[in-house]
Amino acid sequence: MSLMEIKNLNKSFGGLSAVIDFDFRLEQNELVGLIGPNGAGKTTVFNLITGVYKPDSGIIVFNNKNIAGLPPYVICSLGIARTFQNIRLFNNLTVLDNVKIAAHKDVSYGLFSSILRTPAFFKGEKQIEADALKYLEIFKLDTKRHEIAKNLPYGEQRRLEIARALATKPTMLILDEPAAGMNPQETKGLMNLIEWIRRDFNLSILLIEHDMSLVMGVCERIYVLDYGQIIAEGLPEEIRNNKDVIEAYLGEEVE
Amino acid sequence: MQPILKSKLTRFVGEVLVLVALFTLVQYVITAGLLDQYYQINLTSMCINIILAVSLNLINGFTGQLSLGHAGFMAIGAYASVIMTQMMNQSFVVGILVACAAASIAGFIIGVPTLRLKGDYLAIATLAFGEIIRVVLQNIDAVNGPAGIVGIPKLTTWPWLFGATIITILVVVNLINSSYGRAIVSIREDEIASELMGINTTKYKVLAFVIGAMFAGLAGALYAHYFYIIKPGTFSFLKSFDILVMVVLGGLGSTTGAIIAAMFVTMLTAALQSLPAIRMILYAVILIVVMIYRPQGLMGNKELSRQTLDRIWSGRK
Repeated sequence: MSLMEIKNLNKSFGGLSAVIDFDFRLEQNELVGLIGPNGAGKTTVFNLITGVYKPDSGIIVFNNKNIAGLPPYVICSLGIARTFQNIRLFNNLTVLDNVKIAAHKDVSYGLFSSILRTPAFFKGEKQIEADALKYLEIFKLDTKRHEIAKNLPYGEQRRLEIARALATKPTMLILDEPAAGMNPQETKGLMNLIEWIRRDFNLSILLIEHDMSLVMGVCERIYVLDYGQIIAEGLPEEIRNNKDVIEAYLGEEVE
Repeated sequence: MQPILKSKLTRFVGEVLVLVALFTLVQYVITAGLLDQYYQINLTSMCINIILAVSLNLINGFTGQLSLGHAGFMAIGAYASVIMTQMMNQSFVVGILVACAAASIAGFIIGVPTLRLKGDYLAIATLAFGEIIRVVLQNIDAVNGPAGIVGIPKLTTWPWLFGATIITILVVVNLINSSYGRAIVSIREDEIASELMGINTTKYKVLAFVIGAMFAGLAGALYAHYFYIIKPGTFSFLKSFDILVMVVLGGLGSTTGAIIAAMFVTMLTAALQSLPAIRMILYAVILIVVMIYRPQGLMGNKELSRQTLDRIWSGRK
């Protein structure tokens, strides 16, 4: 039984078909890559899965439930978390608060509890804080917990975004170009980190990336998207040698 | 653990004592007749303005939804409470409760459709709704239309004002410093990211709007039962702008700022009462100067909290 199965997903903006008959599946604990040239529709696929856009047609089955067209916060509560291509942190809030916000959907105390400051409030807050710190420690951000998010260096902002996504306790994590703007050394660190969180949190991961070394290095299976359509699917080795893919995308990467 | 708990308790008792002292002092000054009518009126305006500014700041400053209809909710509270106390012979408590309920229901009805809009569009929609409330009141004969209601009993006393102001501030501060408050602030920061982190943004926008409207209704009830007369014209969009000015002056997203700005604006208005011509000019000049030199408002989004006071106290900066 696949964790996620997408069938015949379609989305067009006006006259432009951004995603055409997109089929996809993700197994439990798998790490799959989605690649393609700029404008191929990768981020649109992510936005369809996470509910930012509503699909025109097609189904997205996640844990035996069709989630196509549900609002983003419901999809998040079902266990799908994501990061963004252009970082979207809560800029003026502290690092700690950024992660705490992700824990809100499981808040243990009620609205009146917080206004009246009942013992349930203090107990719940303590738990949220401890949880948030746990995630910050994993990403080595715990010493910066009181810093304002926008003041962090770029790489740390990327890490904070992943920490925040994990704090929603997902079963599936979607990473939109996590290595964008990183140097090779940082990319390598990120690769190890992705591998590690997958094992440690028992996650299934879907990854969009331009950095071929990252994609080929960590992904178990790869989908290639071009003009909104899947043109190839398979193991990294197969993709590397696929004629269509080379033509569409990897032309200069492979000799 | 024990000493921490103890110091927290001492602190809490200390704060309560300060509030009680403040309350008793003013109460004594009033009953002893040391505070003349003029200062009493200003004190009342100040409390009402604090309630209005703090509650509008919850909507505009913390949730980031630009609302220009706050006077409309104040009008609903004022009329609802007067209908209860004057026309139906109910007690002031009932009047206040009905005012809060009516204003929050109005907030809900207006909030659900308009909060789908963003930025300028929301501002215009709320502005229009505020005006609609005023025009509707103007055309209801049962409340005397444009002439308004006169002869309202003066039931708003210092204990009511003090209690209402403290409760407003406490509710807003406690709400903001909780998981619900963080959810609300995350909407201001990035609505899409907030929604994708599992937060039902529509629900929390409406929640903030309803709570804000409720306190505006409370302010309206206090206002009506102090100033003897209410008429629809009092609650025009100019009143909404007045409140907005306080919030912007104090700093969007700072309750401390809203309180300070509300006090400052009230005192300024009072001080310049004899010079009506200069008053509006000076008012405008102050706003322009603040916007040029401190566009984030007096307090920015900072709060004057116990922690800050402690830091200043212990000289650690």
